[in-house]
Amino acid sequence: MDDFGAAFLTAFDLILGFDAELVRIVALSLQVSLSAVACAALIGLPLGALIAVFRFPGKQAAIVLLNALMGLPPVVAGLAIYLLLSRSGPLGGLGLLFTPEAMVIAQAVLVTPIVAALTRQTIEDLHAEYAEQFRSLAVGPFQAIATLLWDGRYSLFTALLAGFGRAIAEVGAVIVVGGNIAHVTRVMTTTIALETSKGNLELALGLGIVLILLAVLINAAVMTLRGATAQANW
Amino acid sequence: MRELPPQQRDGDGLLPATTSKLDFRAGGTALLQDVDLVLDRQSATAIMGPNGAGKSLLLRLLHGLLRPTAGAVRWNGHAPDRAVRRRQAMVFQKPVLLRRSVAANVHYALRVHGELSRPQRRERVSEVLAQAGLAELARRPARVLSGGEQQRLALARAWATRPEVLFLDEPTANLDPQGAHAVERMVAEIKSRGTKIVVTTHDLGQAKRLADEVLFLHRGRLVEQSPAATFFDRPQSAQAQAFLAGDLVL
Repeated sequence: MDDFGAAFLTAFDLILGFDAELVRIVALSLQVSLSAVACAALIGLPLGALIAVFRFPGKQAAIVLLNALMGLPPVVAGLAIYLLLSRSGPLGGLGLLFTPEAMVIAQAVLVTPIVAALTRQTIEDLHAEYAEQFRSLAVGPFQAIATLLWDGRYSLFTALLAGFGRAIAEVGAVIVVGGNIAHVTRVMTTTIALETSKGNLELALGLGIVLILLAVLINAAVMTLRGATAQANW
Repeated sequence: MRELPPQQRDGDGLLPATTSKLDFRAGGTALLQDVDLVLDRQSATAIMGPNGAGKSLLLRLLHGLLRPTAGAVRWNGHAPDRAVRRRQAMVFQKPVLLRRSVAANVHYALRVHGELSRPQRRERVSEVLAQAGLAELARRPARVLSGGEQQRLALARAWATRPEVLFLDEPTANLDPQGAHAVERMVAEIKSRGTKIVVTTHDLGQAKRLADEVLFLHRGRLVEQSPAATFFDRPQSAQAQAFLAGDLVL
């Protein structure tokens, strides 16, 4: 129990002293996960909106698939990206395996379905409300999508935050494609896993605390935004 | 600024509008049957009738928001496609306002319409907001306005594009007398500029104040189409007589 308390104290020292190693790891985590969310937004927002607004054969199947992919196991996603990027894989020539870029790709694969599925739901609800007005104003379908994405911006931002929460917290995908190489591809979650197994609890705990703080901040941001959304929808 | 008194666009105007054997069914129930009518350019038409008579439905079919199950709507020979709808506007019973400012709502309609340059749009926005008495609220989020203000904004947005035909679906059903009066005043102003008004209402007073002609629907059928004076003084059908007498029309 004393060890545990001591570990906590050291962890706080590391955080408050802006320990170089810890800062580097946190910075890389943020960089990878934010990039992944940006990619996911670029694909997921329009994809979700297209599925919401257009009628096409197989639409219901597409929605089911999208919702199912929200729960994609990170290790499996990591494995798939690993196979694609490995030297003998179809994209092996790019030499991306065990780089931060590979980790961005893997997390983007995990987050895109979340963003797309939540966008689909938001945009569909909004479209139900706006559809007649759009038809009356003779708004074209792509203009309608742009309008819906803009008017749904608060809810959609919470979708992106949900995606970010998933990305920053997952360990399975980035450890497979990143390799957890010190100073190169080591992020918070992979470091926690490694240091814990090595018995080096201080750094693991310090990172754990940072991770939890980030989760709290994200949730607070989501709650605040929900409030703003409620007001905007009033 | 270019005003377009629709009447001057002779030849390529939207009126007259005709429907022939208009039918609309949903889930096996006939909601509108055999409606034949002509809307000519004389100012305002009120579509009246008890709840469920098919008033809003007829409005949507005329504007092309819905497709008839059988029969057709023609605006000077054209089906109500996008090109026709662009020259019309509709205000819904519950106004559909975008989640943006009051001014941005009007601006949006003008941008979609695409006829005015940016400075002209800005000028038109302030003009219609002033007309609607909303100039002070231009920067407020549209959806925090009161019900009456929202309906006036919807009307201002519709009028901003200078439609040749303006559809109003129970525009004052949810408003208090003061709010209703403000909306009616705007409609009268729009009418005086030459826009054809087609309004559904079950408010007799409103129909008397606004309409020059009345279409009376009952259970999905057009029972009567007469000049307003004739309709209110000497209604032809038994259903309209009962409706005007305040009897329960079932």
